[in-house]
Amino acid sequence: MNSIQLITIFIVLTASAGVLGWRRASSPAFLQQGRSRSRAVYHGSYTVLWCTVPMIIVALGWLLVESWVIRPAVMQTLALGGVQPTANIAFQYLEIRNIATGVLPDTHASDAVLIAVERYKSLSSIASNIFAALLLVAGVSGFLYSYRRISAKFPAREQVEKFVRFFLLASSTVAILTTLSIVMALVVEALLFFKHVPLLDFLFGTKWSPQVAIRADQVGSSGAFGAIPLFAGTLLIALIAMLVAVPIGLFSAIFLSEYARPSVRHTIKPMLEILAGIPTVVYGFFAALTVAPLVVKASAAIGLSASSESALAAGLVMGVMIIPFISSLSDDVISAIPTSLRLGSLALGATRSETIRKVILPAALPGIMGAILLAVSRAIGETMIVVMAAGLAANLTANPLESVTTVTAQIVTILIGDQEFDSPKTLAAFALGLTLFCVTLVLNFVALKIVSTYEERYD
Amino acid sequence: MLTTNKKRLRKRHRAETRFRAYGVLSLLVAVGILFTLIYSIVTHGYSAFYRTTLLLDIELDPERIAVSPPYSRSALMQGRYSSLVKRGLYALFPEVTDRRDRRELTALLSPGAELAVRDYLIDHPDSLGTTIVLEVPMSSDYDQLYKEHLPRSGENLRFSEQQLQWFDRLLQEGRIRYRFNTQFLFGADSRYPELAGIAGAVVGSFYALLVCFLLSFPLGIAAATYLEEFAPKTRLTRIIEANINNLAAVPSVIFGLLGLAIFLNVFGLPRSTPLVGGIVLSLMTLPTIIIATRASIRSVSPGIRQAGLAMGASPVQVVFHHVLPVALPGTLTGTIIGLAQALGETAPLLMIGMVAFIANVPATPLDASAALPVQIFLWAESAERGFVEKTSAAIMVIMMFLIMMNLLAVIIRSKTQSKVE
Repeated sequence: MNSIQLITIFIVLTASAGVLGWRRASSPAFLQQGRSRSRAVYHGSYTVLWCTVPMIIVALGWLLVESWVIRPAVMQTLALGGVQPTANIAFQYLEIRNIATGVLPDTHASDAVLIAVERYKSLSSIASNIFAALLLVAGVSGFLYSYRRISAKFPAREQVEKFVRFFLLASSTVAILTTLSIVMALVVEALLFFKHVPLLDFLFGTKWSPQVAIRADQVGSSGAFGAIPLFAGTLLIALIAMLVAVPIGLFSAIFLSEYARPSVRHTIKPMLEILAGIPTVVYGFFAALTVAPLVVKASAAIGLSASSESALAAGLVMGVMIIPFISSLSDDVISAIPTSLRLGSLALGATRSETIRKVILPAALPGIMGAILLAVSRAIGETMIVVMAAGLAANLTANPLESVTTVTAQIVTILIGDQEFDSPKTLAAFALGLTLFCVTLVLNFVALKIVSTYEERYD
Repeated sequence: MLTTNKKRLRKRHRAETRFRAYGVLSLLVAVGILFTLIYSIVTHGYSAFYRTTLLLDIELDPERIAVSPPYSRSALMQGRYSSLVKRGLYALFPEVTDRRDRRELTALLSPGAELAVRDYLIDHPDSLGTTIVLEVPMSSDYDQLYKEHLPRSGENLRFSEQQLQWFDRLLQEGRIRYRFNTQFLFGADSRYPELAGIAGAVVGSFYALLVCFLLSFPLGIAAATYLEEFAPKTRLTRIIEANINNLAAVPSVIFGLLGLAIFLNVFGLPRSTPLVGGIVLSLMTLPTIIIATRASIRSVSPGIRQAGLAMGASPVQVVFHHVLPVALPGTLTGTIIGLAQALGETAPLLMIGMVAFIANVPATPLDASAALPVQIFLWAESAERGFVEKTSAAIMVIMMFLIMMNLLAVIIRSKTQSKVE
């Protein structure tokens, strides 16, 4: 049974369940029972649901069988054949699967792999036949159950709507499930990491060099997991970014909302939106290609030497990325201030700038603070710009002309390419991820709280 | 007294002008940087859409290709073409006989030259045994030399004196052509800049966005409908709402970690594939779609709901038959903007392994593949000079897609606005 046949079974069963249910509910015999509680289409939908939902449950169950039964059995066969499972088990399994399905040629495979391929083929053909049978049984029995319940008195619409409401509720919990699985994944792997490296060494250590010795007798590469240089680098770059973004973003917002004529506003705002829509990888390339050489040249001109991958270049470009974020949030906040405040101040003879500085900004301050906090959380979590422009050397320095590294850059560098899932180096990425997640969560939470209380004030 | 008042007024007006100037200055800086960025990308990138080719006379000798009749497609695929190309090149420089010099001479040609001959022969099997005139790609260094991206003199020169002379002679003889580079638009990635194309990455991104759309669009609408129309004001509802807002602000690397730990390691989904990429991106897009859909459901006039209910429709029927169709344009706009964000996401895709070097265009979402932003990252990190223009050109392509998606969103928005008014 291949997947196309399975999908065909699924579609044919679904369609026939719907048609049969609908025809029964619109047959003359049915209509003689008196006035039906639901329209025929609801009876049809009811039988479709009873047919497909069991099939979908069976299909999800089969996915688990594939990864939790077939995979260990195949890997066991491979181990019996004398092949030691390497760190990248997933890749070995993928290779076996690809050979079995004919994606890869089997010419370079060893005998042990070929035996494992045969095992995979026999197991998966058995499994897919069982699966097809289960699918049929589930679909047909569900259909028969629902088909027999159809009658004029049967409340098919209520039943279908009950299911629809349940589906809507279930969809809205996907966000919670996502958050839970993020927390689960991060906490589980980070706990494994803290078995190798004590929590305090990680949080307060000042040396970061995640290379771990491959052989026990190697000297000087025992691996150090002190995250202070990463935190310092992250904060340095975020600080530079905020120094660029806050004044420019705020003044842009003030000008656009208080001074600009509508025509100017309608041309400038889309441009800022373009700035916001540029992918971060493009900013990273711009930082490395254009801004970094400029920083080197400029600092050489005033007698300083800058590294070709400097915190300054990454921070400046990240600041540009955040400008539209700050300006659009502050614009919303400033526009929400009641006009009466503005008019009152102007009526007392204040100039426009005095009104803005002494009346509007103090009133908008909480909202602007919220916007800035959200922007900080963005700067801390930004990845591609720092990966491409800030470098990977974990220097503990406050000099923006030197190369620094950040939490996000280290996560990505550690996890690019093949990983071993038992080494502290890989697990360190998850510990860093957990730290990042907690910090941004707190920042976002506080910021959203500030913004929402602020919004209520002027409602 | 009067003068001090006047002085103060003048001071206050000057402060006013200064304040205004700060605003204009910030906007000028922001817009200026935008144009600098675009200028920098376009000037670096436009030349990647062209490439330098060399006109060679090539004798398609079956013996040298090592094929024998019948000349089937697969036989021709496995033929040997490198000596044909070299003979064609040597024929232009009969005086070069030394082996070392000849090796320097063949450095002018791309490894793609023999593939060009092979592809020509497969398309025209009748020409076997004849001599053809064919344009074959030159190697990246000479391509860059022609485009004046590499210097002809100075330190770390990549060309010898005689190579430059040969190049100039070919130029004078009119054998060097400058052609539109179709391989860049329709080919897959390559180790050689002159042969690299973005089709593999574009198709990979397309599949990832398709998966992302199929998952996040229905789920997003369902979740938003529940929260706006049916959810009781309970603790659970508040938690869900706070959760969605927070999820929208979680850094993208975290989603990469999630994809790696859950989808790849626990569920064992295939690495490097658009399928997993699309699933991870859909989790990131979901909050955007939910927030946009909720806003547009909220703006549906209550009269529509009341009219439906008054006519005897059930609440579910009112929502699905009346509210959602009216809210659809706003939902679509939000979805397109969410997908545009997803198209530019790089970090999570890097972490689920979409950085592998893939030299062919993926056929299904289950094939290992690159994605457009990842391809940009890979080329940007490459040391070869020839990849700088490819990176910029790939950025031009992704920006074009983003602009098209945003235009679509704007069009949908303005159409519905005019309808409502």
